[in-house]
Amino acid sequence: MSRKLFPVFALLIVLSMVLAACGGAAAPEAPAEEAAAVEAPAEEAAAAPGETEGPAPAASGDTLATVQARGHVICGGNSGVPGFGFLDTEGTFTGFDIDFCKAVAAAVFGDAEAYEIRPLSSQERFTALQSGEIDVLIRNTTWTLSRDTDLGANFVATTFYDGQGFIVRKADGINTLEDLDGGTVCVQTGTTTEANLADTMAARGLSYEPVVYEDVETGWTTYEEGRCDAYTTDKSGLVARQILLTVPDDHVIMDETISKEPLGPVVRHGDDQWFDIVQWTVFATFFAEEHGITAANAGDMMASTANPREKSFFGTEGELGAFLGLDADWAYNVVSQVGNYAEIYDRNLGPDTLTYIPRGLNSLYTDGGLLFAPAWR
Amino acid sequence: MTTSTTEVLAPPTERYTVLGWLRRNLFGSIGDSILTIIAIWLTYAMLKPSLSWGFSVAKWTVIADNLKLFMVGRYPAEELWRVWVVLYLLAAVVGFTWGAWVKGKEKAGYVLLGIPVFLALLPFSPTIRMMILALDLFGFLGIILGRRDNPKFKNWSIISLLLYFPVGILLIGGLTGETGFLPTVKPDLWGGLMLTILLAVIGIIFSFPIGVALALGRQSKLPIISWFSVGVIELVRGVPLITILFMMDLMLPLFLPAEIRVEGVIRAFVAITLFSAAYMAENVRGGLQAIPRGQYEAAHALGLNGFTTMAFIILPQALKAVIPILVSQFIGLLKDTTLVMILSLFDVLGIGKSVLGNPEYVGTAKEVYVFVAALFWVLSYGLSYASQRLETSLGVGER
Repeated sequence: MSRKLFPVFALLIVLSMVLAACGGAAAPEAPAEEAAAVEAPAEEAAAAPGETEGPAPAASGDTLATVQARGHVICGGNSGVPGFGFLDTEGTFTGFDIDFCKAVAAAVFGDAEAYEIRPLSSQERFTALQSGEIDVLIRNTTWTLSRDTDLGANFVATTFYDGQGFIVRKADGINTLEDLDGGTVCVQTGTTTEANLADTMAARGLSYEPVVYEDVETGWTTYEEGRCDAYTTDKSGLVARQILLTVPDDHVIMDETISKEPLGPVVRHGDDQWFDIVQWTVFATFFAEEHGITAANAGDMMASTANPREKSFFGTEGELGAFLGLDADWAYNVVSQVGNYAEIYDRNLGPDTLTYIPRGLNSLYTDGGLLFAPAWR
Repeated sequence: MTTSTTEVLAPPTERYTVLGWLRRNLFGSIGDSILTIIAIWLTYAMLKPSLSWGFSVAKWTVIADNLKLFMVGRYPAEELWRVWVVLYLLAAVVGFTWGAWVKGKEKAGYVLLGIPVFLALLPFSPTIRMMILALDLFGFLGIILGRRDNPKFKNWSIISLLLYFPVGILLIGGLTGETGFLPTVKPDLWGGLMLTILLAVIGIIFSFPIGVALALGRQSKLPIISWFSVGVIELVRGVPLITILFMMDLMLPLFLPAEIRVEGVIRAFVAITLFSAAYMAENVRGGLQAIPRGQYEAAHALGLNGFTTMAFIILPQALKAVIPILVSQFIGLLKDTTLVMILSLFDVLGIGKSVLGNPEYVGTAKEVYVFVAALFWVLSYGLSYASQRLETSLGVGER
């Protein structure tokens, strides 16, 4: 009898040991089951933000406290997209998205360098956000309804308005999507771009063969080698990269725009304070451009302005900063250390850069664009 | 005047000239000639575009400009001297060990000393060339010291090797907090080739004892120990490394309180060590099973107990027998470390991908990937060559 019971007993002990090991820091004893669950937190977080255990969906105020205790903000970002996020030769992160991460750091800590970039692939970015690995995701992420709801993410604002287009070789004589019927299209996997392409082609009854790749540069190399007839991504990306093709004039961007791509920072569901902080940090850059506040003149403006809106912006009047849980001069820190929207844009995507993209929709509403900051009162 | 020798051997003119060799080996018959011509044409057709690309089209400036990134990643420039010190220490320790243990075999020593000379020939700046050549200086000093007749030196060399790794990690990681002589360099700034090698070396060093323990555990007669070992081995071996890394990256924060954040490098170390240990265990078990029963019996007959039998009789033979497979596992591990990109770490491949995002260097994907591939090839081949030397000197396979 005891001989029969012994294996059962031993199995129980082994199981408990494995479980105990899972609780510790070195957890991967049981990755088989958990690997399958990587997708799961998405539903959990979306379904019951308040009930889920662990740090994933922080309750209101948690994120700011965690970030402040840690001493720096962690942004999920790009490490290989020209103009938006890359490593320069000195090994510092540079780019449009990176600058918005710096802006958040400046708002929270008054120090634009109090940030850490966690480079993420397009597939893992939302999981990283849900699991609390990052505080804010700023990685050319398109604002869509499903991401905003089902993925447990909250888009705070649009920092870059974009639309999906195609680049083709002039010699191929492709002018419309219909000409691409039966052709091959290079597209980055795990993106809205990929889904848009499939939807549009299906809606028009066109067949095509997707050539998918993980990172942007591989895709361009594939296209340049002639392994696909067209390359599709956001038009900004096409414009920026076309000048860097071997013979830029051999290629043409088709007129067609098949989608709306509003790109912007994303935070987790369930922490409204943190949402507000990131959102108003973005608005601060809009506001500063509208009011002509730049990194260079912010100090003078702060001292001399008589405009009540600007006074409350700088925190010299009212207590708007306290409402956000930040210092009174948080917006001043953002503008003086990182710059206003125009400065951020020109530094990374302006005419003097290799990745020049005309501002287009990304101009202030007063210039016919879509950038509009709510009232500062 | 015909003797049997002249009939067997071709005339010296044919034996010792290029033409004769060609005729014998490449154009022996019509079929041979056709094959030779096809092979030469194929080699030419493949080599010509590659070489003309490599020498005239490729923009190798992307490598030269970002060399620091490729080597050490985002490691602060003002702390770079620490990496050099670690390299010099390595040269000195290896030289010392060589001097103390290896007698003769001058040729292999020259090959080792030739590596820095070769590297210095590459188009680096003069300062870097001097720094690289200084490696030889330290190596020489080590050898001279090791050659002095002191019977204790053999033990000292082992101690210095064992001490080298913790000292190296401390030097790279820093000791004295924010300021001071050795300020802390956060692990997320480690990168490039340095991180790749660190991950692989630490992975293999730590997984070795764990793997041996698991292998012995699996053979144990105590069911709890053996089942536990089997469980760990089979679970870890049953999933790809990438899933373990994903677990570490995305699931770990769910288990831990929000305040506790485990550094990405530590997570990678743990994941790689665990993964490698499971394979190591099976490889070592293969070695253990190759040991004939008679060895155990002989050890018992000599009055050795279970522990001493293992430590002095069985394990040395078993490990010696599995050296080739351990080295190939190490080479595999070295290449597997590229997966740590998942943990947002910049190993040498990750750095390559990020460099490609720099607008100044777009369109240089081929150059970057060729360079990274060459690095990995050199490392892997170096390891495999070293293991062959080790096998010869230990007499593996000539029982």
